[in-house]
Amino acid sequence: MIDWLIHFALKLLETSRNVLPILAIIIGFQLLVIRKPLPHPKRTIIGFFYVLLGIAFFLEGLDLALFPLGSLMASQLTTPEFLGVNPFEQVVSWQAYFWVYIFAACIGFAAALAEPALLAVAIKAEQISGGAIQAWGLRISVAIGVSFGLALGAFRIVTGSELYLYIIGGYIIVMIQTRFAPKMIIGLAYDSGVVTTSMVTVPLVTALGLGLASAVPGRNPLLDGFGLIAFASLFPVMAVLGYAQIAQWRNKGSL
Amino acid sequence: MFKNPFIKQLFGSFLDLAPILAVVLVFQVLIIRQPVPDVGSLIAGMLFVILGLTLFVQGLEQSLFPIGESMAFAFARKGSLFWLLTFAFCLGFGAAIAEPGLASVAEKAAIIAGNANRIEQTDSAKAGYALGLRITVAVSIGLAILVGVLRILRGWPVYYPVLFGYACIAIMTPFAPSGIIGIAYDAGGIATSSITVPLVIVLGVGLATAIKGRNQLTDGFGLVVFATLMATIFVLAYGMII
Repeated sequence: MIDWLIHFALKLLETSRNVLPILAIIIGFQLLVIRKPLPHPKRTIIGFFYVLLGIAFFLEGLDLALFPLGSLMASQLTTPEFLGVNPFEQVVSWQAYFWVYIFAACIGFAAALAEPALLAVAIKAEQISGGAIQAWGLRISVAIGVSFGLALGAFRIVTGSELYLYIIGGYIIVMIQTRFAPKMIIGLAYDSGVVTTSMVTVPLVTALGLGLASAVPGRNPLLDGFGLIAFASLFPVMAVLGYAQIAQWRNKGSL
Repeated sequence: MFKNPFIKQLFGSFLDLAPILAVVLVFQVLIIRQPVPDVGSLIAGMLFVILGLTLFVQGLEQSLFPIGESMAFAFARKGSLFWLLTFAFCLGFGAAIAEPGLASVAEKAAIIAGNANRIEQTDSAKAGYALGLRITVAVSIGLAILVGVLRILRGWPVYYPVLFGYACIAIMTPFAPSGIIGIAYDAGGIATSSITVPLVIVLGVGLATAIKGRNQLTDGFGLVVFATLMATIFVLAYGMII
């Protein structure tokens, strides 16, 4: 218990150190430039402490439960015994990794739903759109995007194809969608992809990428293990733009 | 008074986390067919995560959202472009420089650069390279928030900077060393963390609210995406120069 308390206190300290620069900037500008007291100082300070405590608990819990299991599973799913292939074979066909793609898709979907930053943006978007944008609709579309992106990213690591071809291709699709999507949603769609790659997704996805790149013959974990985050932040943009497009068509149809 | 919303929020957090737990358990038991190791810490960890998420959301609505909003309004009323842009830059820079995920990626990038003989194979050279990379990313994110705020003030469409970013990345990638590309593409997503994102979003939305003729939805969002694109561009450039 004492050990654990010390461990947790260290985590809290680490979190505080990481947000210290931001806190200093906010306080500095508030005091020196704006020169007005905060509207509800006590409430704000308690709220800020909640944020710190929340992040510390969150990270502590992830370290304890999800991350060890996540990396264990990434390595279990890519062992030759599980794949049912000859361990000395140099070329393994990409179909053998079927369960890896499914796992990447499922974990991406679930991680996006657990992401606090996405929750924050979804709440804000629902508030300011007066309910026209549903927090759940937004989060589910983002989750579908992350899930498809990660499955494709895993496929890329297995086949060893060029990262930039996928990403540039994705950019072109996003630009075409931007041309036709309702104006109201564009900024939100762009942001929601990036927002998703945060506390839960980044460590889980990094573990998956490194595990996969070390397990597939001919891949170098240092070079091929990266790039999954880019997939996880690009595909939600397409998903949200697509969601808005479909919502618009359906509304027109019913009019 | 406080109890009911808090319990409701706890339940909401549980719903948010249930899918991830389900995926992990189903795969471990039904597909990999291995026992779940250490069930005790799994349960304890999930409880911590649920509590953490609840506190975070509570604190966000009580603290970070109102602070960001009131600062955005204060800057808009003050009308000093210089201080607003300085604040925007500092916010982006300060958030990225302290981000632990970015620090660990920068170390990996230094190892790759060392292996490719782009820098000397010494610890000090690698540490210098990693620090340089972190500062590069932090500057790029600071600049991106600054440009994004300027975009809201001027009322430029949100896709202008994004289109610019996409074009730069598409042109630069073929010329960048192959070892840096994956890291460059991932850097932006890693450097924008759970505190920065809500603050930046609220800053954008608050400015769009405070300035006449701007729409919260069409103009307020789009700051974060430009930050990640700028990070990619700057890391590609860093890889080409060093």
